[in-house]
Amino acid sequence: MDGLAGYILRRLLFLPLTLLVVSFATFYITRWGPGDPVSVYSGQYRDEEAFARVRHRYGLDKPVIEQYGIYVQRLVLHGDFGVSFRFRDRSIPDVIGPKIWVSARLGVYAFILTFLIGIPAGVFAAVKQGSWLDPFVISVFLFFQSIPVLVMVPVLVLVFAAKLHWLPPGGFDGVFSTSMILPTVALSLPGIAGVARLARATTLGTLNEDFVRTARAKGLDEMTIMTRHIARNSLVPVMTTVIGLSLVGLIEGALFTETLLGIPGIGRFMFESVNGRDYNVILAVVLMGTTAFVFANLLVDLALIVIDPRVRAGRGAR
Amino acid sequence: MTQLNIELAHAEAGVRAEHSESLTRRSIRRLLRKKIAVACLVVIAVFYTVGAFAPLIAPYGYAEQNLDLSFNGPSLHHPFGTDRNGRDSLSRIILAARTTVVVTLATVATGMVLLPVSLGMLAGYRGGFVDAAINRTGEILSSMPGLPMLLLISATMRPRFVGWVKDFEGKIDVHWWRWLANFTGLCDQSQDATSCHHPLTSSGFADYFLIFAVLSLFGWVGGARLVRTQVLTLRRSEFILAAEASGASTRRILFQHILPNIMPIVIVGASAGLGSIAASEIGLTFLGVGIQPPHPSFGALITDGAPRTVLENHPELLLVPAAIVASLIFAFNLLGDALNDVFTSRAN
Repeated sequence: MDGLAGYILRRLLFLPLTLLVVSFATFYITRWGPGDPVSVYSGQYRDEEAFARVRHRYGLDKPVIEQYGIYVQRLVLHGDFGVSFRFRDRSIPDVIGPKIWVSARLGVYAFILTFLIGIPAGVFAAVKQGSWLDPFVISVFLFFQSIPVLVMVPVLVLVFAAKLHWLPPGGFDGVFSTSMILPTVALSLPGIAGVARLARATTLGTLNEDFVRTARAKGLDEMTIMTRHIARNSLVPVMTTVIGLSLVGLIEGALFTETLLGIPGIGRFMFESVNGRDYNVILAVVLMGTTAFVFANLLVDLALIVIDPRVRAGRGAR
Repeated sequence: MTQLNIELAHAEAGVRAEHSESLTRRSIRRLLRKKIAVACLVVIAVFYTVGAFAPLIAPYGYAEQNLDLSFNGPSLHHPFGTDRNGRDSLSRIILAARTTVVVTLATVATGMVLLPVSLGMLAGYRGGFVDAAINRTGEILSSMPGLPMLLLISATMRPRFVGWVKDFEGKIDVHWWRWLANFTGLCDQSQDATSCHHPLTSSGFADYFLIFAVLSLFGWVGGARLVRTQVLTLRRSEFILAAEASGASTRRILFQHILPNIMPIVIVGASAGLGSIAASEIGLTFLGVGIQPPHPSFGALITDGAPRTVLENHPELLLVPAAIVASLIFAFNLLGDALNDVFTSRAN
C-alpha cells in the first residue's frame, strides 16, 4: 500500500500547481475578450472618464500580469476571492454560495436516481445474460445516454409539461417540489447506462463465485442470493466510480438543465457570469470546479485500483 | 456430394483467409458480420452523405425567408414545416447536418487522431522530460471543468478570431481565391450579395474552425494517454527490440512498427468520441458561442424549437432535429462498442 499512498500524495501535491496554471489561463482568457465588466454594466451610458475612474478603483487599468499577482496574493494570504462586479461589490462566497447549494442538492437527487435505476438494471441484465433482455436493457439506457441533456430537457418539457400537464414546465420553488422532478430526471438519464454497464460487469464477475454456488446449494431463494450475496459485493466499486464520473457529467449537464428550466443554480450562473464578464465569479467557479475534478479523478483512479488489482501492479512495474 | 465438396472448399478457403489476411481486413470482416454495427454504419453513412452534399440536396437555402409562411405546419412544400421566419425546416436540418459533418470530421482528425497519436508516441518513445511535459499538460487540461472552459474560451476568442480571419481574407484578395470560394459554394451571391468579400467569415467556416480548435485542444488527452501506454508496452516487445538491434531508424520503428499496432486503439477511441464531439458543438451553439445565426446547426434548431409557445404549437420543430441528433449519437455509441469488441476479441 506504500506505492498507493505515495501515488495519492503525488497527485495531491500536484493540485496547487494545477490550480496555479488553470487560474492564470482563466485570468488571462477572461481579460482577453471583448468588453470588460465596466462597459457591460454601464449599458447605454458612455463616459470614458467615469469608466477610467471605475477601472482604476478595481485595478483593472493595471497590466494583466500585475492584476494576477495581486489576485493570487489576496487569495493565498487572505482567502479573498475578490468582489462580484455584477452584484455591486458583494463578496464571491456571498454571491455563489446559494447557487452552489441549489445545484448541489439537484446533483444529489440526480445521483441517487442514477444509482437507483442503474444498479438494479445492471444486475438484471447480468442475470438475464444470454437472453434478449440483456442487450435490450443496456441498449435502452445507452439510447438515453446518447441524447444530449440539451435535447432531452425540451423533449421532456414537451411531453410531461406541455402535453400531459403532469409537471411544471420549469422554474424553481424549493427542492421539495414537483419542479425538481424534470431536472432530476434529465440530469440522471445520461449517467444510467454507465452505472448499469459497470454493475452488469461486476455482477457477472460475482455470479460465478463459489459463495454464490454455495448459497444456491444451501437452497436459498433467488431473491436473497441476488440482494444479499451478489448485489452487495458488486455495489461498492460501482458506487465509488460513479460518484467520481457522475460529478463531471453533472456539472456539465447542470449548465444546460438550469439554463433551460430557469433554475437558479451554479451552471446557469456561470453562463450569465461569462456573458457579463464577471471576472472574479468566473475565476472562483473555475477554480472550485478544477479542485472538484481533481478529487473526482483521484477517486475514480482509486476505485479502479480497488476493482482491478492489475492496474495497481501495472503502476508498480513502471 | 458435390454440394458438400463445394461447401468444404469454401470453409477451407475461409480458414486460410483468416490466417493470411491483414488485421485491417479481418477487423472489417468481423465488423460487417455484426448486424447492429452494419445498421449503425448505414445511419452514419446516410447522415454524412446528406451533410456532404447538403447544398445540392436542400430544397431551400438556410436563410431563405418567407414571412407569410411563419410557423406553417408540415405541408407538401415544407415536409417538416417552417420556423418563425418562414424558413424551411427540412432545408435547415439538411444544412445543419453539414455543420455536424465538418465539425466532427475536423475534430476527429485533429483532436482524436493527429494530436493523440503524435503526442502519445512522442511521450511513450522519448520518455524523460518530453514525457513528463506532455503528461503534466494533459493532467492539467483534464482537470479543468470542460464545458465552462469551452464556453469561456469561445466567448472571448470568437470576436478576435473572426477579426483575424477577416484580415487574412482582406490580404489574399486575389483571383484564384475568389474562384475557389465560388466553386466550393463558400459564398453564394444569391443568398447574400456581400458574402463574397469575406467568404470564410460570412459562410460560418470561421466558426467551424474555432469550435474544432477548442474541442481538439481539450479532446486529445485521453487518446494520448492510451497511445502512450500502448507504446510503452510495445517498446519492450521482441519485434521492436529486433528492429532496434538490426539498426532500424527511430522514424522507421515509429511509423512502420509501432503506428500500425496502435491504430486499433486510436480508431476505437475516435469512434467513441464522435458522439460527444457532435453533442459539444450543439451545446456550444445553444450557449451562443458556437455557430452563429443565421447559419444552421442542430444546436440552433433545438434552441429555436425549445421555447414554450413553439413547443406547444409546433412540436415538430423540436422533435425532428432531436430525433435525428439522438439517432446519430446512438449510432456512434453502438458502433464504438462494436469496434471495441472487434479489436479486443483479436487477442482471443
